[in-house]
Amino acid sequence: MISTLTRMPAWARWALYAALGVFLLTLVQTISDTERLTQVATAREMLRFAVPIFLAGLGGLFSERAGVVNIGLEGMLILGMWFGAWGSINYGAWWGLAIGIAGGMIGGLLHAIATVTFQVDHIISGVAINILAPAITRYLSEEIWDSPTTSPRTSAVGDWDVPFLAGGTIFGWESPDWLLTISKWEIWYLSDVAQLSRGLLRGTSWVAIIAIALVPITAFVIWRTRFGLRLRICGENPSAGEAQGIKIIRYKYIAVIMSGGLAGLGGAFISTELSGLFQGGNSAGRGFIGLAALIFGNWRPGGVLLGALLFGYVFGLDLRDLDGTASHAMLLVNAIAFTAVGIWAFTRKNRTDTILAAILGFGALFWWIVADTVPSWWSNTLPYVVVLLVLVFFAQRLRMPVSLGQPYRKGET
Amino acid sequence: MRKIGFSLAAPVGAFFLTLVVSTIALMVFGSNPTEAYGDMLSHASKLETQVDILNRATPFYLSAVAAAIGFRMNLFNIGVEGQYLVGFLFAAQVGGLVSLPQVLHILVIMLTAMIASSLYAGLAGILKTTRGVNEVISTIMLNAIAVGGLIAWLQQEWQAELGENFSSTELGTEPIDESGLLPTINGLLEFVTREVGQGKELTGMFLVAVLVGVAYYVLLNRTRFGFDLRASGINPFAARAGGVPPKRMVLAAMMLSGAVAGLIGMVELADRGKFPPDPIQGLGFQGIAVALLGRNNPGGMAFAAMLFAFLDVSSGVLDSTGAASREIAVIMQGIVLLTAVVAYGIANRFRERDEAREAAEVLAAEREVVPA
Repeated sequence: MISTLTRMPAWARWALYAALGVFLLTLVQTISDTERLTQVATAREMLRFAVPIFLAGLGGLFSERAGVVNIGLEGMLILGMWFGAWGSINYGAWWGLAIGIAGGMIGGLLHAIATVTFQVDHIISGVAINILAPAITRYLSEEIWDSPTTSPRTSAVGDWDVPFLAGGTIFGWESPDWLLTISKWEIWYLSDVAQLSRGLLRGTSWVAIIAIALVPITAFVIWRTRFGLRLRICGENPSAGEAQGIKIIRYKYIAVIMSGGLAGLGGAFISTELSGLFQGGNSAGRGFIGLAALIFGNWRPGGVLLGALLFGYVFGLDLRDLDGTASHAMLLVNAIAFTAVGIWAFTRKNRTDTILAAILGFGALFWWIVADTVPSWWSNTLPYVVVLLVLVFFAQRLRMPVSLGQPYRKGET
Repeated sequence: MRKIGFSLAAPVGAFFLTLVVSTIALMVFGSNPTEAYGDMLSHASKLETQVDILNRATPFYLSAVAAAIGFRMNLFNIGVEGQYLVGFLFAAQVGGLVSLPQVLHILVIMLTAMIASSLYAGLAGILKTTRGVNEVISTIMLNAIAVGGLIAWLQQEWQAELGENFSSTELGTEPIDESGLLPTINGLLEFVTREVGQGKELTGMFLVAVLVGVAYYVLLNRTRFGFDLRASGINPFAARAGGVPPKRMVLAAMMLSGAVAGLIGMVELADRGKFPPDPIQGLGFQGIAVALLGRNNPGGMAFAAMLFAFLDVSSGVLDSTGAASREIAVIMQGIVLLTAVVAYGIANRFRERDEAREAAEVLAAEREVVPA
């Protein structure tokens, strides 16, 4: 069965996973007292949360595939937030995005200079950038906007409704909204799928569309182009690459600067689209969550998107869930997921993992039975707990670039 | 002599580069750099400001030592932030529940803080030793869980308990009796200087921080454990061959680092008498910066902690005199850190080259004496 799965084309496999995921949500929703798990608004919030996390994670992918650990993503995101807001206020929305990318790139360049040229430890340089970036943005805000923490309103690049599926307009003609029609039929599962898809396809920010488009583009660049191959060799075995005449240092620089640019785009999205202004602290650790999504996704673009969407789902669900019933239903989803992990571990005759998964699964199930609602702090914590658990169960199966974090000096083996 | 020159060149160079960059930043936005620096220095020459600086430097220093214990064996404990908040919370909770004679009460509170933080850090250690989970990622996650989960949860609980018409001063854990609060050491300070005015008080944790610094030095340089720790940091495989159990060392270093982290919150606890709804955050990351700047050296970190505290306190005076934006002080913290880190890297390379040349000269000399 596993072999049929791996032989499927990637898009079909991912579609199957998504269908299964929604099926699980619908199933849980049927036996609990909430309808939020598959609402249009939930899907929309998921996407809004996921985009900056994904862009930061994708930034991390470029840098770490080239062997440079990038803890400074958070700082680069904050630079992108500030420069994006500044550009948007002064030159309009699209320039805002471009300037936000440039701001993130400055952070990336700093990281590259420190780690690649001066061989400073990658974690140390990242921490330094994370301290420096909020300080710089506070200073610039104070000097330019007379307030260290907030900017004037920014303008956003706007959004798009997909024609036919979600009722978008083509040359002024309003197309039918098929997904809305299907949602109104209220057929079990089918209407739930329609609602969630409609949340993704209606009022979709252009940045989100760019971000999703970046998944196949990145996958192609990383796996199918000469540039991608050379980038990867920087992270796997730079000395071997050097022996083939590849300019390792140049590629590392390009990768880390690209990494900063992507995180910067994520930051610009936060300030111009999510909050409509620059506000200190609005990054809310999304750079770190992006890093978590990168590890969750096993250093692959599709996996990073999956991780970002999962985290975005949990955060987005919490935002709309004032009475805590939806988060309560999520406990059952957790319990089912632990059961799956337990069964998987059992078939591999891994006793410790089976017992651990069983304890966690029963814990989640027990909590679901005894409580009616779940406090909102639990949903805020859940993504981090998920990452820790994924690492606990699958750390040995994740495959990071071999030379990740190793200093590289030209002409040394 | 050359060796001392190398180790001094880096921080001095970093300091001047920072001055240059921040002067440019000040001039770009039309502030007068000499006026700004003058205000900062004249403010710092007052005794009351110096007490402020020491109060601020104390948690920085403790945080730096906590991070440095990990750094010395190549273990990146990014989780000092979450660990000290957990310890702070447990200590305040326990301290508010019991009432004991003074010395005992304070000891119970401090030990609780150290144990709680140490266990929280140990979690990351266990994940690393049993599951191979990288400690950087696990401690980042544990930070988020401590801040976003634990503290957010408590705030909700406190608000629910007090009902609709709560006032923010009532939020927090049960206040601790007078007997549990570490006394200030103004008496000791006034013994050497004049009376401290403006109601400024030097925290008793200052003495604890000095003791921790001494203990850190002795532990690392004068004990078997310290030697094992440093050996594991320099070459884990060689250390293992020499009989140092690597997993146990990871766990021990992580928990020791956490135990010191537990003391960070005690500065604020002694001051406010409870775990407030808005505890000071970010001390963990600033501690990492101080440890990097001070090169994990007990004296160097003390100097770096004072520098950071001076810049922190200076931002207040810039605000009141209006010579420059207060944020310039934070920028200087960031720049001095980045430049220092790069400068250490360069100095290291020069020293390596120097050592290599010396070794080559010695070898060449030997070859002349004994012709092959």
